This record gives sequence, structure tokens and C-alpha cells, in this order.
Amino acid sequence: MIELNRVRKVFPGRRDAAEVVALDGVDLTVPAGDFAGVVGPSGSGKSTLIRLVNLLERPTSGSVAVAGRVLTDLPADQVRQARSSIGMVFQHFELMDSRTAAENVEHPLELTGVGRAERRRRSAELLDLVGLAERAGARPRQLSGGQKQRVAIARALAARPQVLLCDEATSALDQASTTGVLELLRRVRDELGLTVLLITHEMAVVKAVCDSAVLLEAGRVVDGGRLDDVLTRDDSPLAAALLPAPIADDRVAGTLLRVTVTETAPEAAVLRVLVGQLGLAVEVAGGSVETVAGGRHGRLLLRITDGDLSGLDTALQQLRAEGSKVERVAA
Amino acid sequence: MSDWSRIAPQLADATGETLYMVAVSAALTVLLGIPLGVLLTVTAPDGLAPRRWTNRVLGLLVNLGRSLPFIILLVLVAPVTRGLVGTTIGSTAAIVPLTIGAVPFLARLVETSLREVSHGKVEAALAMGARRRQVVRTVLLPEALPSLVAGVTVTVVALISYSAMAGAIGGGGLGDFAIRFGYQQFRTDITLLTVVLLLVVVQALQFGGDTWARRLARR
Repeated sequence: MIELNRVRKVFPGRRDAAEVVALDGVDLTVPAGDFAGVVGPSGSGKSTLIRLVNLLERPTSGSVAVAGRVLTDLPADQVRQARSSIGMVFQHFELMDSRTAAENVEHPLELTGVGRAERRRRSAELLDLVGLAERAGARPRQLSGGQKQRVAIARALAARPQVLLCDEATSALDQASTTGVLELLRRVRDELGLTVLLITHEMAVVKAVCDSAVLLEAGRVVDGGRLDDVLTRDDSPLAAALLPAPIADDRVAGTLLRVTVTETAPEAAVLRVLVGQLGLAVEVAGGSVETVAGGRHGRLLLRITDGDLSGLDTALQQLRAEGSKVERVAA
Repeated sequence: MSDWSRIAPQLADATGETLYMVAVSAALTVLLGIPLGVLLTVTAPDGLAPRRWTNRVLGLLVNLGRSLPFIILLVLVAPVTRGLVGTTIGSTAAIVPLTIGAVPFLARLVETSLREVSHGKVEAALAMGARRRQVVRTVLLPEALPSLVAGVTVTVVALISYSAMAGAIGGGGLGDFAIRFGYQQFRTDITLLTVVLLLVVVQALQFGGDTWARRLARR
């Protein structure tokens, strides 16, 4: 549904300043119906990347295609038409203060010349969808951050887009509003069959809603894939960013084991061998296990506090052979 | 004070002339100044439709209009006035230099107001597929409206002060009245009365404008 091909974006330097390479040959494919995330530290090029999808920013080179149309090849007026089938939600909502919630939702429809009665009907329907039917007449200043973003989502959906772009859509919201907005995004994706591309610097957001994600660093995609797949890879920098490994340093004494928990390799197998077979005393020194993309994923640091370690290495080899991801941390 | 019966009708006429000059030139100034301000904003290097040379030429013209003392402008545009009105004398003739003087002033204020509309809102409209003129019509102007109303108010007040100079070209009005009856006939009371009248008009306008702008901003 969204396809970026060898996209490069260079901002010319001003005066003495050197030019800035914001994106350096990015390939990105988001299949229809996917909820995709782009994560990365600030300055990694995320904002530029999402602005390229509806050509708010034109790539220096490379191509952008949405819903089978190569936007970078289209003349300006057709790009404008294509944009109306790509909804967008922003970090700071960008609602018009001069309009009520309902009028904001009607805004994109006004632009394409939809009649007043139809606009009214559509905005009522959408405000109902986002749970703000009773606030239709409210001005943005009378709404909370979470409510504003709901109105903005309704506005983004007004022209019945196939694609929804979310630019740090929850970064200006508190925890409770974030959860609500993410649930809403997930729900509209499911109900309307949208393809969603979301950029964020918050890993928790990706874990909460995305099916797939890419990690952007210094304008390049350094890792990516479906989350349930990414999280099973030990060497994945994206997985490490999503589920940071617990720190094992000399403040944690004793024999330490790293366990990567996945849906197919739960920690239970490891514990059964360590405690059940070898009779070791084991405690959790750090780490976490979460449900991400419908499966249990996590990283644990186990500490053996007591027992005979002679059979340990053989047992670990055996466990690895059976699919468990466990290894001894070098002392 | 025995001559009040003689002066009062003239004062009424002068007030009427001032209101006429200010009202018509204010209407023309709004009609011309707002589009000019929009053009200055959208053709700027970071604007919706950057046009480097158009922007520079417009900027230069606006600065020229703003830097000329009004009394000089009054004389300088006389040929234009004659071309448009047929004469350079009278209240109607004064409307031409008043408008020419106020348009650049308002245009700059409009430009400042429009620049204050966040780029994010403009971007949001572009992302909806808005044409540039739709961005101006549905985003820039409505979002800047409270600030535009304040700018128009300031301009109209400035027009009242400019109009006091229109007497110099026979434009009549309160300024002319104060000079002829107050200053030249040593009637300080008449001068003061005129000042009070002008003050009342300015206060009323400023109050009206402020109230309107505040009401719009509170929406």
C-alpha cells in the first residue's frame, strides 16, 4: 500500500551550514491493512520520512508510491487529489481554532466540494466513531489533548482514506490519553481496513499497536520486520530497543544467564531444567516479559544463587538444541 | 461664545467630512490591503507560493509607502488623484492619498498576522489536499481573524489621524476645522473641543475593535 524506493532527502545548507542528509536511501514497504511503525531517536529522519509519503516533502531522489500510484511521477494537481485519500494526524493536532469540532471534521470535505448536508452527516458519524458525538459544537480550546486528537483522527478519516499517517500522534498526550488514542487507532484500522503508518520515538507505542516496525538511525533503516519475528532475533537492534536487555554488570554477583523469551521458547523450559533437573536455586535478577503483537516476548537475566554448577554448561547446550535462547554471561 | 450658532453647523459638517473620508478610505484600504498582505505572505521565501522577485518588489513598494510622511504623499499623489477623481480638492479627493497611505500600513499588519498562523495548520490543510487558495481562505484568514480585526482597528485609527491633514488639500474635516477656527482665530476652546471629538471617535473605534477581536479570539 505504501512503498518507498531508494528514497533520499537532502536539505540544502544555508549560508555556511553544510547540507543535511535527512534520509539516505530508504526502502520501506507497508502492505495493505498493516499497522506499521517507524521508530528512531530524534534527528533520525522519521518526521521527514512520514512527510514524504504524502509528498508534503519531496524526495531528492527515489520514488514514493501509495495505493499503486507513484506519487513522485504525478503532476501537482493529481498529487493533491491523492493526498485527500491519505489521512494524517499530527503531534500537535493542528485543528483550526476558528472551527468547532464538527466543522474541523468537515474541513477536508469542504475542500473537495462535498455538499453541506452530506458533510454534516459524515461529521456526525465520525465524531460518533471517535466517541465525541456530544462535543460536536465544542471549540478546540474547550477540548482536552486526547479529545483534540480524537477530533483530528475523525478529520483525517472524513474523506474515507485508505491510508492513515500518524506523526508522533501521542507524543503530546499523557499516559491515559495515549492509551485511549492508540486503542482508537487500532480500532479504526480494524473496522475500516486502513493501512496505518505511525512514527514515534516511544517504543511503548510501537509495542502497543504495531504489527511491524522499522528502526531508523541517521537517515537509514537499520532494522525492521514483523514484530513477532523481530523479537525472536537475538541480534536485532530493533528488538534490543523494544525490549532492552537487563544490565549485567559487577553489581550483580554470581553466575548469570541471559534468556530471550519468545512465544515458541518460553522461559519455563529453562527453569524446568535449572531448578527441576539440576536442583539449582535461581532468581530473576532483571528483565521483563510483555505481550507484544499477540505473543509473549521478553529478556530475562537469571542468577543462580546456590547449587552445583558442574552440569550447567551441558544442560544449557541441550536447552539451546531444543530451541531455548539461553546463554551464560561471561563473568 | 455668542458665535456657537454659527460654528455648530460647521462643526457638524466637519465631523461628517471626517467620518466620510475615514469610512470610505477604510473600506478601500481593507479591500486592497488584505489581498496585498496575503500576497506578501504567500510569496515570501518560506510562503505557500514563493516568488522571490514579486515579493521583493511588493516589499519595496510597501516600504516606500510606509516611509513617506503623509503630508508629502498627499502632494506626491496629486496626479493620481486628479486621474481618479477629476480634482485634487475636497473630501472625495482626499480619499485617494488616505487610501494609498493606509494600504501599505495595513498590508504589513496583515502579513504579521498571517505569519502567526502556525505552519502546522497550513501543513494539515495541505495534507488534506487543499489548493493554495483554499489554504488562504479556510486556514490563514479565519485563523488570523482576531489579529486581523485588531490590525484593521489600528489602521482606521491611523486613518483618522491622517485625515486631519486632509485640510491641507481642501479636504475639510475636523483637522481642517481646528486649524481654521481654533488656531487661526485664536480659539483654543474650539481646538480643544475638536480634540475631544476626535478622541471620542478614536476611543469608540478602538473599544469596538478590541471587543470584536476579543470575542473572536475567545471562540
